Amino acid sequence: MTARRIPRPALVTAVVLAVGAALLGVLIGPAALRPDRVIAELLDRLPWVSIESGLSERQTAILFELRLPRVVLGLLVGAVLSVSGGAYQGVFRNPLADPYLLGVAAGAGLGATLVIVTVGSSSALVGVAAFLGALAAVAVAYGLGAAAGGRRTGSTLILAGVAVAAFLTAAQTFVQQRNTDIIREVYSWILGRLGTVGWREVALMAPYAAISITVVLLHRRLLDVLAVGEEEARTLGVRPERVRLIVVLAATLGTAGAVAVSGLIGFVGIIVPHTVRLLVGGSHRVILPLSVLGGGAFLVVADMFARTVLSPAEVPIGVITAFVGGPFFVLVLRNSQRTGAP
Amino acid sequence: MRRPIAVLMAAALFVAACGGGGPGATTAPPPFGFPREIAGITITEPPVRIISGSPTHTEILFAIGAGGAVVAVDAFSDYPAEADDLPHLDAFNPSVEGFAALDPDLVIVTFDPNDLVGGLGALGIPVLVLDAPATTEGVYKQMAEIGVIVGHGDGATALIDRMRSEIAEIVAGLPEAVEPLDYYHELDPTLFSIGSDTFLGSLYAMLGMASIADAAGGGYPQLSAEFVIAADPDFVFLGDSTCCAQSLETVAARPGWDSLSAVSGGRVIALDEALASRWGPRIVDLLGVIADAVYGEDR
Repeated sequence: MTARRIPRPALVTAVVLAVGAALLGVLIGPAALRPDRVIAELLDRLPWVSIESGLSERQTAILFELRLPRVVLGLLVGAVLSVSGGAYQGVFRNPLADPYLLGVAAGAGLGATLVIVTVGSSSALVGVAAFLGALAAVAVAYGLGAAAGGRRTGSTLILAGVAVAAFLTAAQTFVQQRNTDIIREVYSWILGRLGTVGWREVALMAPYAAISITVVLLHRRLLDVLAVGEEEARTLGVRPERVRLIVVLAATLGTAGAVAVSGLIGFVGIIVPHTVRLLVGGSHRVILPLSVLGGGAFLVVADMFARTVLSPAEVPIGVITAFVGGPFFVLVLRNSQRTGAP
Repeated sequence: MRRPIAVLMAAALFVAACGGGGPGATTAPPPFGFPREIAGITITEPPVRIISGSPTHTEILFAIGAGGAVVAVDAFSDYPAEADDLPHLDAFNPSVEGFAALDPDLVIVTFDPNDLVGGLGALGIPVLVLDAPATTEGVYKQMAEIGVIVGHGDGATALIDRMRSEIAEIVAGLPEAVEPLDYYHELDPTLFSIGSDTFLGSLYAMLGMASIADAAGGGYPQLSAEFVIAADPDFVFLGDSTCCAQSLETVAARPGWDSLSAVSGGRVIALDEALASRWGPRIVDLLGVIADAVYGEDR
């Protein structure tokens, strides 16, 4: 019997992890700011608190214009990618489903590459094109899956997604090869980056995160009903197609937003929900909320490594998440085979 | 179409670093005259149908007087103007057949991604691979080698002598440095930079400047924004003003960057990307531009 309500210790742990990760992310970085001064400066910003932190103007700029937005964006992007992954896994009843499997990332990648080629990497259109590409990819995968499977069953959708992703990736590679001058820009975008973000990106991402997390969490009980079986869900008055469509749209919206501001950051959507599932239990009512917290914490910590491993040089964050994600993926596979259930 | 050159050069330099040797290490100073052997293929007379696979080598060939023998250039060669009028080939992802179809008797490339050496070599076409050198001495050596091979040794010697004296003049005119200046040279807006150990870094070093990227081990690291700001370099040089429309204004608008003293002091200099990414005859111009920006035009 899996837990239906979030066990209190798990919730407390997740909150502590998220807050702790955020704090570490703010305290640690290539510019050596004294931790006590950073904390004093942060407290100073609270209402009715006034502390002289001793940070110089430039150090204050590093803290508030670079580190803090980077940590906040890491929390948002990590939360969205994780909860989207958990949602896709629930909708398609496939433990390996994540925002990348449906061609979402490939569609976003093609859209962004086209804009980088024609307009330039600094254009705000990159995000818009990534979003449109992601939506188009999901729409095609969904349509294909429906046409092939009659009912939109989990496995036909996944197969359609794989085909769409392969096609879009080929198209993206072709465009890239035709424009060798932008290879590195596309490359650094594909590997994911939080390196050059500021509050502008946080403001861009916040609405995507709010909508997608809210919608997915509101449907977590219905996903549990779907997990029992389609017929059973129908007898309970749930319309599986409708639930699936809404959840997939919400997860895709969130993913597209994340891709637009931070590039392609892989594996978060698999690592986090599965860790929660392995540690706490399989109910969506447990997995999805804890994934929001755990995903944020994971990405902030990964980004901290991205900043510090080769400091003052950066490692693309996608490299860090995949480096942890690859082995973890194998672990999840082994585990799901042993227990026989996702 | 200018921006890629920085990428190409970075790639070429990276290859050079991995290979463990610049052009100086690959060949001894060649004796004059023909026949000579290039990559196992003997040529008996100066080439008359040359394909230049990089903007740098196009500029060198034209500067030493061998421009008339060049039949095609790579996609990024745009200087001198006569070179830009020639057919352009993709040397970044080259097609052996496409190169062979032009019936060249010498091909010069900076690196060999698709085994042009082997492919064209099988057709009896010699391919000279000359990657980016680490210093100006390496540049001279490369120019001399090209001069000898294409039968314009005199032109190469004259060019090298002229460059040596012009560079010496620039360096001699520098004021006595009170303390070494540091700089941040930006290759693209994701903060890829250069260390003092790179060719470009060696030019800055001639002007008494050190890169802040040396703290990241040199080479071509991608720096953290907060590191650049904490380092507060004396000068910011933009190698991405054309490709990516960067300028003092866009740099100042980046989060946190307005706290840089180079920004508030207006010491953010947009460089011509072609100058800042080729190791050809115009490195003299680049040195002049940087020296003017740092020490003033009436130094």
